[in-house]
Amino acid sequence: MSTPPRRMRLSGLEPLVVTPELNFINVGERTNVTGSAQFRKMIKEERYEDAIEVARQQVENGAQILDVNMDEGLIDSEKAMARFLNLIASEPDIARIPVMVDSSKWSVIEAGLKCLQGKGVVNSISLKEGEAAFVEHARKVLRYGAAAVVMAFDEQGQADTCARKVEICARAYRILVDEVGFPPEDIIFDPNIFAIATGIEEHDNYAVDFIEATRIIKATLPHCHVSGGVSNVSFAFRGNEPVRAAIHSVFLLHAIAAGMDFGIVNAGALPIVDDLDAELREHVEDIVLNRRPDATERLLAIADRYRAGRESAPDTRDEAWRALPVSKRLAHALVHGIDAFVDDDTEEARLEAVRPLDVIEGPLMDGMNVVGDLFGAGKMFLPQVVKSARVMKKAVAWLLPYIEAEKARTGDAGKSNGKIVMATVKGDVHDIGKNIVGVVLRCNNFDVVDLGVMVPAQKILDVAREEKADMIGLSGLITPSLDEMSHVAREMQRQDFHVPLLIGGATTSRAHTALRIEPHYKAPTVWVKDASRAVGVAQSLISKDLVEAFMAKIRAEYAEIRERHRDRSGAKKLVSLDKARAQRFDGGWTDYIPPVPRRPGLCVLDDVALSELVPFIDWTPFFNAWELAGRFPAILDDAIVGVQASELYRDARAMLERIVAERWLRASGVFGLWRAAAVGDDVEVRDPAANGAAPLATLHFLRQQVDKPIERPDFCLADFIAPAASGREDWIGAFAVTAGIGIDAHVARFEREHDDYSSIMLKALADRLAEAFAEYLHRRVRREYWGYAPDEALDNEALIDEKYLGIRPAPGYPACPDHTEKGTLFRLLDATANAGISITESFAMLPTAAVSGWYFSHPRSQYFVLGRVTREQVADYAKRKGWSLAEAERWLAPNLDYDPE
Amino acid sequence: MSVHRLPWRDPARVATLEDALARRILVIDGAMGTMIQGWELGEADYRGSRFADGCDATHAHAHGQGCAHDLKGNNDLLLLTRPDIIAAVHTAYLEAGADLIETNTFNATSISQADYHLEHLVYELNREGARLARACCDAAEAKTPHQPRFAIGVLGPTSRTASISPDVNDPGFRNTSFDALRATYREATEGLIDGGADTLMVETIFDTLNAKAALFAIEEVFDARGQRLPIMISGTITDRSGRTLSGQTAEAFHASLAHARPLSVGLNCALGAKDLREHVETLARVAACAVSAHPNAGLPNAFGGYDETPGEMAATLAEFAEAGLLNLVGGCCGTTPAHIAAIAAAVSGCRPRALPASAFERAA
Repeated sequence: MSTPPRRMRLSGLEPLVVTPELNFINVGERTNVTGSAQFRKMIKEERYEDAIEVARQQVENGAQILDVNMDEGLIDSEKAMARFLNLIASEPDIARIPVMVDSSKWSVIEAGLKCLQGKGVVNSISLKEGEAAFVEHARKVLRYGAAAVVMAFDEQGQADTCARKVEICARAYRILVDEVGFPPEDIIFDPNIFAIATGIEEHDNYAVDFIEATRIIKATLPHCHVSGGVSNVSFAFRGNEPVRAAIHSVFLLHAIAAGMDFGIVNAGALPIVDDLDAELREHVEDIVLNRRPDATERLLAIADRYRAGRESAPDTRDEAWRALPVSKRLAHALVHGIDAFVDDDTEEARLEAVRPLDVIEGPLMDGMNVVGDLFGAGKMFLPQVVKSARVMKKAVAWLLPYIEAEKARTGDAGKSNGKIVMATVKGDVHDIGKNIVGVVLRCNNFDVVDLGVMVPAQKILDVAREEKADMIGLSGLITPSLDEMSHVAREMQRQDFHVPLLIGGATTSRAHTALRIEPHYKAPTVWVKDASRAVGVAQSLISKDLVEAFMAKIRAEYAEIRERHRDRSGAKKLVSLDKARAQRFDGGWTDYIPPVPRRPGLCVLDDVALSELVPFIDWTPFFNAWELAGRFPAILDDAIVGVQASELYRDARAMLERIVAERWLRASGVFGLWRAAAVGDDVEVRDPAANGAAPLATLHFLRQQVDKPIERPDFCLADFIAPAASGREDWIGAFAVTAGIGIDAHVARFEREHDDYSSIMLKALADRLAEAFAEYLHRRVRREYWGYAPDEALDNEALIDEKYLGIRPAPGYPACPDHTEKGTLFRLLDATANAGISITESFAMLPTAAVSGWYFSHPRSQYFVLGRVTREQVADYAKRKGWSLAEAERWLAPNLDYDPE
Repeated sequence: MSVHRLPWRDPARVATLEDALARRILVIDGAMGTMIQGWELGEADYRGSRFADGCDATHAHAHGQGCAHDLKGNNDLLLLTRPDIIAAVHTAYLEAGADLIETNTFNATSISQADYHLEHLVYELNREGARLARACCDAAEAKTPHQPRFAIGVLGPTSRTASISPDVNDPGFRNTSFDALRATYREATEGLIDGGADTLMVETIFDTLNAKAALFAIEEVFDARGQRLPIMISGTITDRSGRTLSGQTAEAFHASLAHARPLSVGLNCALGAKDLREHVETLARVAACAVSAHPNAGLPNAFGGYDETPGEMAATLAEFAEAGLLNLVGGCCGTTPAHIAAIAAAVSGCRPRALPASAFERAA
């Protein structure tokens, strides 16, 4: 017989032989208290049954080794490690895979090793404390019969460069193999994966260092393996999961090719490199391989385009679950979001329980914990969570009278995770995202006091005091809300609040929070990227044990952002306003004659048939609202979110049919077409009938100041209108449409029925109908009312791709970010009277399902992003608007290239 | 590899054993318990004179009433009270052709002896067990000098399991621990080595974690003595599920214990040879050391007896040998010197399983 090749042979109940054919061993990481807040909570509360389920999920999802870590200050880590390992030893479907005993404390590692009948892996040992301790630990590991992760860490510290990594690993290898007699095939080196693209130049080469070190280690140290914590590499992109996943995929592609064969990664969630968008892939490879000095900037520039999305497990339509005991049925109904039987099941559970509250704290919370974990682990998607919450709410509603009666009798109340007061800030009316966060927090047993929309700062603070809130959450969608949020933060400081402040909403950002909100409020202030983060953040903030470490991390992050912001030497310089104006877009006015509208003046469209609008719906943003990423209709067949997207789409279509058939909503709109002439960066609007009279209004636009090659203009919307001096007669249009009239009654109805899913669905559909209305109207304007494109025949896809001539930019959006111009637009249209749309003091529209904007007909007009502007232009703009500089700076805050005094 | 490993306690004997293993399939003895049953001993036989008064005459103060407990069935105790019977069984197996005999120390651990309140005898039982087996080997070698004989110091599984809960309501509960097992095995190992065992065999392993504790203890004893003995490992596939009692497959079992760099790994007990074959084959495929099998004489019948005749069992095992699966073969429950003689004859012409080139280098 020939010598069998040296192979690492691990075991649980079954063997795991690490052969080259396995390519990459995927270590499950959710049973780690340092990496999973949920798991940590379970262990701290000694909810070991739940903890076991986490382990089971890991195995079911393909983990080949289970990493178990109990390193937490307030946990008796040795005891918890032993208890958990003993428990999973009794679960054959979990115990079949090997365990990685993970701790920075040797005593915990030993406690774990004493519970493993299989051959596990120790994570980790190193030369950190010198050779003697290293040898002693290695001997013990060998004696306990385990393999070992060896960190590239020595007396001098953690290795960062390729040379240091190789040097330490080679030294460790020689000691292990020559001195200890450790089988080389049982050594897994971890040469340290560090974050790249952090903005710090020394970090740029970290991925390359790791990959190159891996190549050398595998080539020079026979039989050993290489592992690493992959998620570290993308740490700088926290919050942008798709970009992080792309970085992980690209990194792994190169690291695996170099010989990395173990890793703690969520392998199921990784995109295949070939499936990555080509541009994203190139930019990601640039940072991973450190191919160009501006790689980070370039990736940052496109990163936001790749929004989050997750995968779903198809739910079985099998009815067998109805035969399960009632607690299991409730859990099943929760996890699968089935509300058909919830009242009966809840009643049955109540009759079985000692106290009605037990039903909530028992089966219902168990079910919701599963939901929370699946969502947290990216295995469940927002629509499912919202459906689960609906089941929960209905069950709770059923129990509530009994609980009240019980409470009246015993004075006993249920325990909650904490209380949060949430509001959409003054001037803003958008609440889909806030409602979703509320639902998700409630699922996780938080008390949520939702103050609704347009809530003044003082009211938020008063209620928070009254309710003894544990934290406050602010939401907003439009840019002026950013300013209002920083006002709330200042007020909280002034009024001596100490509760954490959470910031969320579409225009908010980590940078904005770091720069404009956090500095004003001393208590924890945290930006929450989306609903999926809300629970983790809230739990961390509410936990006395976690909050310090969590905030230390956040504060360091924010401080770094501020630091980076201060030091913007790397950013592209803007050009002077004169230079930008000199490089304006040339409309070719000598040869081009602007089209005259067939039907100038105002035109009101009252009660447009919704069925007319449905074909114009752009569904992609609808899925994004539910945090499902992908383009419609491809998303329906998406490998990851396809099943969930299809289900959501079915539900949406079903509701849309009822909206149309039962006329739940009314669509109204108004538009106007007027004479216009550009004067500098302003546009004067004149009554088409009264030639030569004073302008009806002057519109103010802003100009890009980007340093561009001469052939590419620095755009301003005014460039698309013929200048007064050209002698050409030109026109501009404006519109305001809504599809949300009448929505409140239906939302209230759903809320009465504890049906957030339908309520959020309806709002999201109304938004889509309003957008569809805008698209529909724009098309009619191009073909009929203005009539410059009478023969246009574009299908909806082409419309979504903006293949038409002319544009309809909206005040407050990238080409013209000043929301206050909406005031002029509304006045011109008298939109409140003509279309039933009003605006708030922050220029948010009500109903929220509304769209407004300008019409430009120039065939070469295009959408653009204004970007940053200099103080010079802000001062110029203030003068044109009749504002003080400070006022202009407040409204243009997100676009300033400088820090105002 | 230039790794420093402890020297053998008796390098010459180890060389002789390795040499014999390289040449042929070595034969291990058969059941001890089955043979003892044939003597139909009573309580008085087990007690002998030392325990006749209801306590250990040599340990009167330490163990007051404890020994008033029934001692019948404590077969290991016969080492002290009826060594003649144990010696007779050993000799019968040696005469049947066994190259290696196992000490009568299966239950000589503090955990198992606690059932008889005789924990204090653990070291003594092991030492005497090894001494007696070795003495029988010496006697046999004197008669047939061309055939070296070896005493295997047996470390049994104990009556407790470190990775299985005895409480169905609390799967996390354990009635023993790695450290408790390690202590008991350490004591037993000291006795076996002092008594002159040639090798140590952790056997009838139904919970691999128990075995890991045993191997850990053995290494500790080696360290303390600055010398070592070859280690043999034999697990038990409890039923046709193909798993150990603690749930492992044969290959997982092997992976869990290979770090001890044993002289041999194998399977014994619970199943007859036929049902053991696929698992022995697994071990033969993955093990870098010698492979052993000492199955029962078939599955137990309705009366708890074993029916497989020496001829049947030998025929089955001969096929194992011809298939190149074996380096060591013997019998467990229900086997007798007649079985061993038949097996020895059946495999005598077969070449041993080829050892992987590095096997002894690793064992050494």
